[in-house]
Amino acid sequence: MRGYSHDRPLFLPVAKIARNCPIPDFLDKRLVFVTGKGGVGKTTVAVALGLRAAEEGKRTIVCEVSSQENASRIFDHTEVGFHEVEMAENLWSISIDPDESMREYVLLQLKVRAMRDLLFRSRIFSYLAAATPGLKELVTIGKIWELAQLDRKVKRGRKYDLVIVDAPATGHGIGFLQTPRTFASIARVGPIHAQAQTLDRFITDHDHTGTAIVALPEEMPVNESAALERDLRSEVGVAVDRVYLNGLYPERFSKEEAERLAELAGTENGLARAAARAALSEQSRARSQRAQLSRLRRRVEAPVKTLPFLFEPDLGVEAARQLSRKLH
Amino acid sequence: MSSVGDILDGKSICICAGSGGVGKTTTSAAIATGMAARGLRVCVLTIDPAKRLADSLGLRELGNEAEQVDPKLFERHGIEMKGELWAMMLDAKATFDDLVARQAPDEESRDRVLGNRIYQQISNALAGSQEYMAMEKLFELHTEGRFDLLVLDTPPTRNALDFLDAPRRLTQFIEGRSLRVFMRPTGLAARVAGRGASVALSVFKRIVGFDLLADLAEFFNAFSGMVDGFQARAKRVNGLLADRRTCFLVVCGPQGEPIDEAVYFHRKLVEAKLPFGGVIVNKVHYPAERLRGDGGDLRAALAAKLGDEELAGRVAENFADYQALSERDARNIEHLAAELRTKGVIQVPYLDEDVHDLGGLAEINRYLFASSEERIEIAAGRA
Repeated sequence: MRGYSHDRPLFLPVAKIARNCPIPDFLDKRLVFVTGKGGVGKTTVAVALGLRAAEEGKRTIVCEVSSQENASRIFDHTEVGFHEVEMAENLWSISIDPDESMREYVLLQLKVRAMRDLLFRSRIFSYLAAATPGLKELVTIGKIWELAQLDRKVKRGRKYDLVIVDAPATGHGIGFLQTPRTFASIARVGPIHAQAQTLDRFITDHDHTGTAIVALPEEMPVNESAALERDLRSEVGVAVDRVYLNGLYPERFSKEEAERLAELAGTENGLARAAARAALSEQSRARSQRAQLSRLRRRVEAPVKTLPFLFEPDLGVEAARQLSRKLH
Repeated sequence: MSSVGDILDGKSICICAGSGGVGKTTTSAAIATGMAARGLRVCVLTIDPAKRLADSLGLRELGNEAEQVDPKLFERHGIEMKGELWAMMLDAKATFDDLVARQAPDEESRDRVLGNRIYQQISNALAGSQEYMAMEKLFELHTEGRFDLLVLDTPPTRNALDFLDAPRRLTQFIEGRSLRVFMRPTGLAARVAGRGASVALSVFKRIVGFDLLADLAEFFNAFSGMVDGFQARAKRVNGLLADRRTCFLVVCGPQGEPIDEAVYFHRKLVEAKLPFGGVIVNKVHYPAERLRGDGGDLRAALAAKLGDEELAGRVAENFADYQALSERDARNIEHLAAELRTKGVIQVPYLDEDVHDLGGLAEINRYLFASSEERIEIAAGRA
């Protein structure tokens, strides 16, 4: 098989995958947060999980919360905004905007039209909404929760089997998931208090909500993933179902082969020399990555699964599809 | 194009900015190490709670106080340390508390603010408050004048823009229009406390719960005496950022997305009239010799030398994969240079070993502090 060529089949036959690679069990939950530090490929993994679930017949929606529209970019789709847009069979996408979520929440809360109009026109209301710390995060999580309800609050809301969230990066991520509990303690009465409690209960319900951490096979990302898992379990109380080690190089050369290639690295043929050196680099990176994989396995409780590095210049929907078939 | 050493010549502040996951912390530490090695007294500040900086400098813990990195550690990695390297990890909450204590007119208002639940939320979690505090600490250290150069590793923001916007957003929040609503004698504070609440207010109350509003009102009341101090300070911080002895370095990776963000961030810096110093691209796949044709010649040559056709095939395949990545990187960097109208993109290659200690920093520094000709030579030597 040639590595970088366009005539290579992009997918394996479906039957073969089904046998080799059972669907990850946590995709049977209703809500999955995909989290990890910046630049580890969270969006690609979130979309890959979405594609996988959709292929299994689950009606799935992938939510973005940072209004960067990375997921729609993967699908080469124009911005989806605060709408549920179909990206593939059984797969939808939405970019959750906090202002829109707030508006929707108020609409659902206040049945009296005159009151709603009054509130939206009121400047005090927008000041307060902007001034209340964490309210944006809270209504964002509220919208995620609403999407995950079989009995949707939004009129004619589509029923989803699974909601996947491309969560904010580490650090922001913990605070984001803790928002409902923090809020429940600040607002001791009223609908927000009740709502925040409902959200917190849902997030920490291990039967229905889970998280997948995405990591890279390098020293510091491994340390951070271990710390993230600890915080997710102990501070947020959410279930951690999987750690995906993303971007793992293939082991193309054995140690013995590397020794043979080392002799070639001094050869006069420039191209052969460069190729031999590239192979030696690859072998050394692949080895140090394996060492990081064992460290990660020792340091986290959740099952660790690997995802291959894709030698693709740009990671689009086909790359996500390739990954989706390797998820387990 | 100049090296990082030339760019930072005569500067007293270097701010490394970029999106998450591009090696900002490592780059900041490497820059600080390199400048300290040249004889300066340098302090590198990070706000990243992940302890990445402490890890890479061989420090076990980093706190809100600057700590010197043991000079002996550098010798072991072949770095001759002529100056001093200090490091600190910002505790945003402690910095905010200090600031309130300094700005408060009296002890009672200080305690009222520190004890207020809204304040506790803001100082911990409000988007932008960390970034604002990073600026505060930078300003404080700069004013003290203990160091020749301060290197700031900016927090990992979701969006590079957030970081530039943070001080403005936070001061607006504290001193801005929302505040005035509360401050007027007939304003919200009075209304919440009194009984003359408007309909809108009562509706909002119904939604969020009364306690929250009371806390908010109290917070703004307690803060009222400090607004002037905050305002004056924010102005001086902004002045410092725009100073000609300050320098922003944009850090990114070679993939399409980080490159796009670097372009966007550069534009924002220019718009805000902030001093842009240069751009550093990490983890670049350097091109080796061009692969011609379908690689058949290479395979044959390798097979002849190795006496193993199957292995030769895999070596050639691996080479083709890397060539594709290096071509992508070259295209992206060319695009970046054109957008930034600069030839001076500092490229750090994707090293065989992942960088997480002083040895790795020394390796990176060979590229950061080399002229572009030297950089190509070093890369050619290892490619």
